[in-house]
Amino acid sequence: MRLLTHNMLSSNIKGVTNGFPLRIEAEKVVEKVVEMNADFLKKMFEKIDWKAFADASRAMGYAELPEEADSSMLESDEFLQRYHHALLELHLEEGALICPETGRRFPVNKGIPNMLLHEDEV
Amino acid sequence: MASSMLPPRTAQIRLVSSHKEVYEPDDDSFALVDALLADRSNLLEHRPALCMEIGCGSGYVITSLALMLEQEGLDAFYIATDINPYALSVTHQTLEAHGVHAELINTNIAQGLENRLSGLVDVIVVNPPYVPTPEDEVGAEGITSSWAGGENGRSVIDRILPVADHLLSEKGWLYLVTLTANNPSEICLLMREKGYASRIVIQRSTEEESLHIIKFWRDFETKEDEEKKKAMADKSASTGIMEYLLGQLPQLPFWRSSDSNNY
Ligand SMILES: C[S@@+](CC[C@H](N)C(=O)[O-])C[C@H]1O[C@@H](n2cnc3c(N)ncnc32)[C@H](O)[C@@H]1O
Repeated sequence: MRLLTHNMLSSNIKGVTNGFPLRIEAEKVVEKVVEMNADFLKKMFEKIDWKAFADASRAMGYAELPEEADSSMLESDEFLQRYHHALLELHLEEGALICPETGRRFPVNKGIPNMLLHEDEV
Repeated sequence: MASSMLPPRTAQIRLVSSHKEVYEPDDDSFALVDALLADRSNLLEHRPALCMEIGCGSGYVITSLALMLEQEGLDAFYIATDINPYALSVTHQTLEAHGVHAELINTNIAQGLENRLSGLVDVIVVNPPYVPTPEDEVGAEGITSSWAGGENGRSVIDRILPVADHLLSEKGWLYLVTLTANNPSEICLLMREKGYASRIVIQRSTEEESLHIIKFWRDFETKEDEEKKKAMADKSASTGIMEYLLGQLPQLPFWRSSDSNNY
């Protein structure tokens, strides 16, 4: 699971009002190099919750993202590189996503998060 | 572009992984990929940034879509979901065997994605469980959930439609496999009420079933017409003549307001 996906996931257990962002518990992180696509990064910049993204990146062991970001930073190649690396090249292979409100664990195995809810959670 | 001269790439059956609990590519899967191929030049022009498959099974369809777009240099982000955990392992292997990537999520339709992914997806492809079955078989463990569709085969489809509407971007497209027993014209009407035009991309009859692959897209005139039609409460006679090609009905001129022609 890449961090862009993490930024799109939230806990929607019945009764949970603020299920975003899910806290990352990382057991195994892998890096896979992919080509950078600046247009895509710029487009996604508006959709991403940066604070959640920077925190998630730190939980994955990559602390090179600024706490805050605004669109003028997209002009910098160095910024784009880091943003690209954290968003698309880091994969959570093993670990869990934790609901911020209830502490419920959504396990991640072989890179696949299990977001299925139990019957009493829907 | 030199690559355009090559035949379009799709997943190769010998590289598609399998598991006894996972749906293998069948006529419906092939028809869906053929529909994407038939609409390929539109897709290339559409330049989707985010593509999604709901119910990816073996991964045959999402892998084919990724190969097709990547071949022409389109670099999109792919997400695939399935309720069956084995399906995601198999999809993972199928993607890897073809050298493409999609983000995989084990979930019910798109649970967990609905809040944050809303309005972001440019293309959704779905080959849902569409076989009419007793309601209690829907969502059962393993392979049964790949085909069991409940009453008229509509149980899962009818839950997917509002989710797709919610996730699709303004320019988003949905490609959906349906069976005649699912009453595709009624599905088109349901979507028309949400403001979507539709067209059949592929219609195919096999010995057992007749499949339609329907494409839906937001049509702002359709939406306005729907709203006006609701206002004219006593008129409901149009249902019978609409049939499938709802998006292509000529617009009645007096329904058109001056700024409704933007799309
Ligand atoms: C007819 S199979 C299609 C598989 C594959 N897309 C293909 O075309 O070969 C339907 C798939 O949808 C999955 N499915 C059924 N109900 C689902 C649900 N509620 N949410 C997500 N996936 C579901 C099944 O596990 C199965 O893999």
